[in-house]
Amino acid sequence: MTGNKGKKPRGLAGFAPGEQAGLSVILGAAAPLRLDCGAELGPFTVAYQTYGALNAAKSNAVLVCHALTGDHFCAGDNPFTGKAGWWDLMVGPGKPLDTDRYFVICPNVLGSCYGTTGPRDINPATGEPWGLAFPVITIRDMVRAQAMLLDHLGIADLFCVIGGSMGGMQVLEWVVNYPERVFSAIPIAATSKHSAQNIAFHEVGRQAVMADPNWHGGAYFRHNVTPHAGLAVARMAAHITYMSEAGLTRRFGRALQDRDAFTYGFDADFEVESYLRHQGITFVDRFDANCYLYITRAMDYFDLAADYGGVLAKAFARARARFCVMSFTSDWLYPTAESRAIVHALNAVAAPVSFVEIESDKGHDSFLLDVPEMFAILRGFLDSAARQRGL
Amino acid sequence: MNRPQDIRVDLLLIGQMVRPGSRVLDVGCGDGALLDYLVSERGADARGIEISQAGVNACVARGLSVVQGDADTDLKDYPSGAFDYAILSQTLQATRNPRNVLIELLRIGKRAIVSFPNFGYWRVRGGLFFKGCMPNTGTLDNPWYSTPNIHFCTIRDFVNLCNELGITIEKSLAISSSGRPIPWAHSLWVANIAADQGLFVLRR
Repeated sequence: MTGNKGKKPRGLAGFAPGEQAGLSVILGAAAPLRLDCGAELGPFTVAYQTYGALNAAKSNAVLVCHALTGDHFCAGDNPFTGKAGWWDLMVGPGKPLDTDRYFVICPNVLGSCYGTTGPRDINPATGEPWGLAFPVITIRDMVRAQAMLLDHLGIADLFCVIGGSMGGMQVLEWVVNYPERVFSAIPIAATSKHSAQNIAFHEVGRQAVMADPNWHGGAYFRHNVTPHAGLAVARMAAHITYMSEAGLTRRFGRALQDRDAFTYGFDADFEVESYLRHQGITFVDRFDANCYLYITRAMDYFDLAADYGGVLAKAFARARARFCVMSFTSDWLYPTAESRAIVHALNAVAAPVSFVEIESDKGHDSFLLDVPEMFAILRGFLDSAARQRGL
Repeated sequence: MNRPQDIRVDLLLIGQMVRPGSRVLDVGCGDGALLDYLVSERGADARGIEISQAGVNACVARGLSVVQGDADTDLKDYPSGAFDYAILSQTLQATRNPRNVLIELLRIGKRAIVSFPNFGYWRVRGGLFFKGCMPNTGTLDNPWYSTPNIHFCTIRDFVNLCNELGITIEKSLAISSSGRPIPWAHSLWVANIAADQGLFVLRR
């Protein structure tokens, strides 16, 4: 249960099965988690991290939901990487999510490779990693597991649920499935459903992994190899969707990498090629290929209105939270129109909602970066919500 | 920070027309001064639409529910009859299609409260007649080449449009340059000359 900076075995991304960093708890031992696919999972582990202190009234808890390849170390030092947490700009003392004031909980999602149970962990039935025997999970399953974590922590309701990208999808599932447990909700750079284009990009990534001969139908653990080449290509393709054309042009243009002229070959002549290759190579050291398949699948299955006759407003009919919805001008993965659709549906059910589209050329990843306007808005929204909550 | 009741007199005038506890949409709500007043002093369930990011920031920081958007394009997304009042204060003249915005306001709101600068105001007429230049009054203080106001009208023009659209004018006020109602401007003819702004309560 304590922090662990132990080195992971080579070729095994994330943390080794059974190895833990930060806090963790075993849930679903008494009653398993019933998944959307019909399978039952339990007992399973949820790895999480907390920042700040829970007040006596237990009214200041904030749930931070991470994105596709994120982990539970949103602030401070990340023992996996030795670098700052992925949202260190947002979470900490005096920051918009002020840990002197709020009790921040950040769980690792189901299906991930950073401590919460996923396809890379040992299947108790076989004694070897689950691989493709792991049940297919959904965003709602991830949120159900988080609700069980809150039950375990004795926290009845959350002051705020916040997250960007896939984290924003979890925020939306929270307000739909646990309306009485959410006081305020902040979905950032999110969408209410995966579009055909979103699914298409994910499928390219999955096919790259599956086309790697080292994948072995998902059983690469038996061969002591990993489909790192396929996973790197998947990450390279995905990474392009996280940036904008303007951002790429500003940063790289057509600049050449450490050379004055073309080599007339297929080496990384351009800076942008070198950058993408680096993104791919470093990713395979920190993420597991099967986990990538499962979590991208969960995102593809995400369609908030599906259970409500395709009418998004009906999904929000029971929502009680006040909302702050945010998008970025240059995000073409989950463009502003997707956030506006969420806002329209919330307006239709008269939910208190604020919405702002923030000017940024940093694309979808803007929510992770230093975008002062975003911090200013979030600070204002959180401060006013805290006043309304009596914090 | 200003107290909610310390707002511009013309906004206060609008605020006092709203029945306590109403549902209100303020289109073009700026920094949220009127919304804040409606929420805290009139117990209204009030929301806003604002085009500028600075305005939205200010509103969100005040704890108001405000959506960044454009009166010309985004009103269609609101359900019919969702609000008791839809307010459009000093914004009509800056819309691309004021006629359509007016129709939308009265679709969304059971009533609309609309204020706008009166181009028939004697100072405007005088400026044009004597100086031959576009008007520069307290209410209209941008030079012609950078003004956001692209569809000026007089109070008479506005009344004519309401008649054409079959809109009922429940109340009309001629507002002086100090933001106060002009008590003696009873006739349309007088109001159209004396008023710096027109303020109307409309219903379908």
